[in-house]
Formats: sequence, C-alpha cells, structure tokens
Amino acid sequence: MWWTRLKALIVKELLAVLRDPKGRTVLIVPPILQLLVFSYAATLEVTNVDVMVLNRDNGHWSQELVNQIKGSPTFRSIRFTDSPAEVRMAIDTQKVIAVVEIGPTFSRDIEAARPAEVQVILDGRRSNASQIVSGYLSRIVGTLAADTPSGKRMASNAVSVVARNWFNPNLTYQWFMVPNLVASIALLIGLIVTALSIARERELGTFDQLMVSPLRTHEILIGKLIPPMMIGLFHITIYILAAVFIFGVPLRGSLLLLYGSAIFYLASVVGLGLFISALSMTQQQAILGAFLFMVPAMLLSGFATPIENMPAWLQPITYVNPLRYFLVIVKGVFLKDIPAVEVARQTIPLLLIAIVTLSAASWLFRRRLE
Amino acid sequence: MTAHSPMTEGRAARIRRFAALVRKESYQIVRDPSSILIAFVLPLILLFLFGYGVSLDTTQTRIGLVIEEEAPLTRDLAAGFQASRYFTVTVGRDRREFEEDLVLGRVRGIVVIPKTFMADYAAGRHPALQVLVDGSDPNTANFVQNYAQATVANWERQRLSDGSGRPPAIAAEQRFWFNPELTSRNFLVPGSIAIVMTLVGTLLTSLVVAREWERGTMEAMMATPVSAAELLAGKLLPYFLLGLTSMTLCVLLAVFLFGVPFRGSVAALYALSATFLMPALGQGLLISAATKNQFLASQLALISAFLPAFLLSGFLFEINSMPTVIQWITLIVPARYLIPSLQTVFLAGDIWPMFTQAIAVMFLIGCVFFALAARSTRKRIA
Repeated sequence: MWWTRLKALIVKELLAVLRDPKGRTVLIVPPILQLLVFSYAATLEVTNVDVMVLNRDNGHWSQELVNQIKGSPTFRSIRFTDSPAEVRMAIDTQKVIAVVEIGPTFSRDIEAARPAEVQVILDGRRSNASQIVSGYLSRIVGTLAADTPSGKRMASNAVSVVARNWFNPNLTYQWFMVPNLVASIALLIGLIVTALSIARERELGTFDQLMVSPLRTHEILIGKLIPPMMIGLFHITIYILAAVFIFGVPLRGSLLLLYGSAIFYLASVVGLGLFISALSMTQQQAILGAFLFMVPAMLLSGFATPIENMPAWLQPITYVNPLRYFLVIVKGVFLKDIPAVEVARQTIPLLLIAIVTLSAASWLFRRRLE
Repeated sequence: MTAHSPMTEGRAARIRRFAALVRKESYQIVRDPSSILIAFVLPLILLFLFGYGVSLDTTQTRIGLVIEEEAPLTRDLAAGFQASRYFTVTVGRDRREFEEDLVLGRVRGIVVIPKTFMADYAAGRHPALQVLVDGSDPNTANFVQNYAQATVANWERQRLSDGSGRPPAIAAEQRFWFNPELTSRNFLVPGSIAIVMTLVGTLLTSLVVAREWERGTMEAMMATPVSAAELLAGKLLPYFLLGLTSMTLCVLLAVFLFGVPFRGSVAALYALSATFLMPALGQGLLISAATKNQFLASQLALISAFLPAFLLSGFLFEINSMPTVIQWITLIVPARYLIPSLQTVFLAGDIWPMFTQAIAVMFLIGCVFFALAARSTRKRIA
C-alpha cells in the first residue's frame, strides 16, 4: 500500500521535471556540453605564449637564446623591438605576457667567462601564468648556460633530478579535470533540481494538496529524495562513460565502489537540496539559496586548489562539504585504485551529512505544516 | 485616470509611470531576502574566500624524503629539503614507507636520494635524485617537480660558493610588474567582482523576469499602457543599480580590507562595470524570455553565464592555452573582456586603449542580447 503511494509520488516527481521537453533538454544537453567544453578549457597549463624580445646585443649568444625560445613549443610568437616604450605598451595592453631584455654586453660577458645577465619582465596581473612562463624561460636560460664555456666546466658532477609521475605519467590535465567535473556537475544539477522540488509546490499552491493526500511526511520526503538521485545516477553514468571512452581516463579501481559511494554522495547532495528547499518560501529563494551553498562548496572542495593550501582555520569548514569527500573518491577510484577502506572512510562523512540534512529537512517540513 | 493613447500622452505622465515601475521593482528587491543574499551576502563570501582562503600560491607541500644511504653529502642534501620553505618533510629509509601515503594523498611526492648517489657523485657521473610525484593533480605535481629542482639548484649553488665562489654563467633576473610579490589575491579579487556582477545581472534578473512570465503577471503588464521598452527598462534599472552597488561594496572591501592596490581611476571602474552590466542584464532578459520558467532560467543562467564567467574568462585559466574552438567560444563571454580590464584598473592603472576596446565589445554583445530578447518577447505576445 505505502509502496503504491510512494511509487505514484516518484512518478509524479519525475514527470514534473521531465515532462516539459525544454526541461528534458536542459538536464541532458548542457551537462554533456559542459563536460566537453570545460574539461578542455580548464587547464592550468600555459601554452601558446606570446613574448617580446628586446635585444641590445649583437653577438652569437643572444642569437642563440632567441633561437632556443623560438624552438620551444610553448611559445607561439616572438615579437622583436628596440624601444622600451614598446615594451611598456605590449605588457600594459597584454599583447605579450613576458619581455626578455638582453643587455649590450651579453655575448662579451659570456665569452669572457663573466657572469652574464638577462632581464625578464612579466605581467604580474596574471601572476600564476607568468610564474609558469618565468619557469619556462629560466629553464631555457639554464640550458644555454650549461652550453657556455664556463658552464661546461661546472657541469661534471651536477646533480640532476629525475621525476616520475605516478597515476598520470604525462600529467594529462583532462585526467584530473574530468573526474573533478563528474563530481561537481552532479552537485550543480542535483542541488538545483531538489532545491526547487518543495519550493515549487509551495509557490504553486500544490503543497497543501500533497499534505492532505494519504502520504505520510517521511513518505513525501522519500518520494522527493529518490527521483533526483535517479537523475544524478544517470548523469554520473553518462560522465563515467564519457570519461573512459571520450577522454581516455583510465578507470583503475572498482566501478562498484564508485557507484556505491555515489549513492551516498547523491543522498547528501539531495539532503542539502531538500533542506534548502524546506527553508525557502519561493522558488527564487530556493535557487539563490542553492547558489549560496554551491559557490563556496566548489571553491572549498579541493577542486581548484588543494585543501591543504588553505589557511588552517578555514579547513574545518570543508568537512561539511560533500564534494570534498566525493572528489577524493572519484579521483582515487579512477586514477589510483584506492583501497575499499579508504573509500569507506570518505563515504562515512557523506552518510552523516545525508542523515543530518534529511532530518533537518523533515523537521523543518513538519514545523512548517503547523 | 482617463485612457490616453500613448501618442498624445504627456511626458510627465510617462515619467511618472516609469518611476512607478521602478519603484515597484525596487520594493520587490528589498522585500525578498534572497536578492539581498545574492547581491550582498554572496559577494562578501566570495571576496572573503578569494581574499583569505582560496589561493593559487603554493605553500608548504608535504613530501616524503628517502635517504637510501647515509653519508655527510646526502645528509646535507636532505637538510636542504628540510630547510626549504616549500616542503614539509618526513624522512624515511625506504620508499615503500611512503607509497601508501602517496596513494592516499597524504604526501604529494617522494624524493629519493638513491643508493648509487654517492658512488656516482664521486665518479663525476651525474648523480641523480629521483622524485616520484602524485600525478593525479597535475598542477601540484608540477610544483613539486619544480621546487625539487629549485631546492637542488639552491643546494648546489651554496656548496659551490663555499668552494670556488663561482656564480651561474647566465642569471635571469625576473621582474613581475604590477604585482611584484605575486599575490594571487590581487588578481583573484578583481576577477571575482566580475563573477558577482554576473550573478546579479544575469542570474537574479533572469529569475525575476521568468517568475513574472510563469505567473502571467508579465502579460498583465503588457496589457497596460506601458510600452514594452518602458516595461523592460523599468525592470532592469533597479537591477542595474543593484549590480553597481554590489560592485562598489566589493571594491571597497577589496581595497580597504584586503589591501588590493587600486591604481586606476574610479571613472574607468564605473565605465567598465556599467557597460558590462548591459550584456549581463541583456542575457538575463533573453534567458527569461526564452524559458519563461524559473527552473530552466536558473539552469541556463548557470550554464551560459556563471560557469563561463568562471572558467572561460581568463579568471582562473589562461585563454591562450585552450583549444582553438574553445578560444572562439570565449569571444562571446562578456566577462572575458571585463576581467583583464578590472585587473588592470586595480593593479596597473588606466590603460585606455585596452578599456575602450573592452567597452566597445561588451556594448556590442549587449546590443545583440537586447535585440534577441526584444524579438522573443514580442513574438510571445503576438
């Protein structure tokens, strides 16, 4: 009996979202487009760099330096200039990110085994990218220095560093980005779909009808919980397929663990959504409330910047963020084949978040009835 | 009031009507706590997070350091890593001690000074240091590699200068203009102001107008003597002002609380922001006219405005590094023009050739959005 009632509510909830062709489209097309666009766009690699060279030296070594920059695949174009005013203009208007300035005695200094110097001016407005560019340029200068007569003398027992990257040997950015997006896009969609569910009924006045139906309060909540989780699982499935077959991200761990923890993740997301929904009087409040949670959740998840880099007082706040745990699971299962114990350790907080938010939602829900 | 045809109507009446519209819309903003939340609370949170919390500056990274053979030289090299301000080091004897930590993300890398190190060093055979890094986060992996390299270079330089005192053959002297300390806050905070204006301009506006369509009050308004243009202008003006207010709040916080330098002029700041609100509001209007449903509007605003402002604007990720097709897409993202200009107003000063270009493009995109929005509004009524 209760099952028939619940089933009716679940079907109704699914229809509410999927009946409208625009609603169907918005749940399917944009998430896939997002995955495609953002996983290619969101890269902290710096390529296609434009630089300018102001060369006051006409010897062999400055030419050699220019050739090495030209030969590096990172640099897209080199402009040459001999006026400092042009240097200023090019940096100011962001035509180039860096200017290499070679002084008039550069080659002579090298030939005479005196320390030679180049100046690199970088655009500090884009300090992250310019730091990376500065790293590239230093490496080029270092290679050139090792070729100079005095450099060769020093090189005999120079210590070299051999780096090996585990889990992602070529540091392919998409291997990092796609698993991150799997978790984040599921949060974005799950939260908004659920946040609206109670608020919409309230705004349209159908909430009262629901209340006088034979459904019990917890049945209503379960009925509101299951459809968004089904939608979320559908999305996660699409993303996992895309990750493996379009982006070639290796799936090294167990799919079962991933799905098992995904259920808890979605339950915690939906719990948060229902909580926001129960707090809101209108759909607008629900959507904006969801945003208010979502934006900090994205920033404090370890997605864009590692949590360990955040100040110590801020780190505890991330403990209530379901994305934080699921990111570890998705990346771990995909790339590192993390053990089941570790997955469980990350899943328990998800379960706790789900229990707390769902209880809070049902309490609010019941209180609003009176 | 007697019915007038719009042709014969006086100017005073039109102004009064318009003022009434603006007033009605402003009341709605003030009355609903959620618009205050988006216009004032969310900006505070965002600025706070970018100001204090989220930073691209890498601080100490945890690594494991394995010394396979104890010797004065290897101990000295290890001390170099322990003294580095980039690493928090745990020392071990065997790399297997750290392998599990690397899998679980407890350390980001393992630096191994191998058994062969001393022998190679003595024989002048290029002794090598092994660095195993967690590639699942490529950015941190790169940092660990680079800092390991820098630590070794630093150690060598010190060791050499003890002996022969020879400086490197070529030194690259680096100067970072506008932001010499490379504080990432200085460019993240101006960028987040653009995100805030996108939220107010596009998300909030699209929701409000979509609700009017959903409830049918939009049609009711259309039936009044108010012309469509007046109606839309009356709706948008309060949100335009709200956007500018919340921008002003952000700028004040950025300058006085976070100490971000402000080297440009207030005129440039407002010219850029006001122009940016045109495409932002136009997009919100277009979304609401096309969807007429709050759920769809929120999803579209999220996908077409908020996420692109974050990811396709050069805010966090370099546009030049993106694939060509995606670089084309960024051309129609208004935030892409605002963010570098705002960063310039804050950090560099007034560089008008850059600003005028940005203003012109944003204005153009705004016109296109408004034209499309007007078309889909009219079609609906007919």
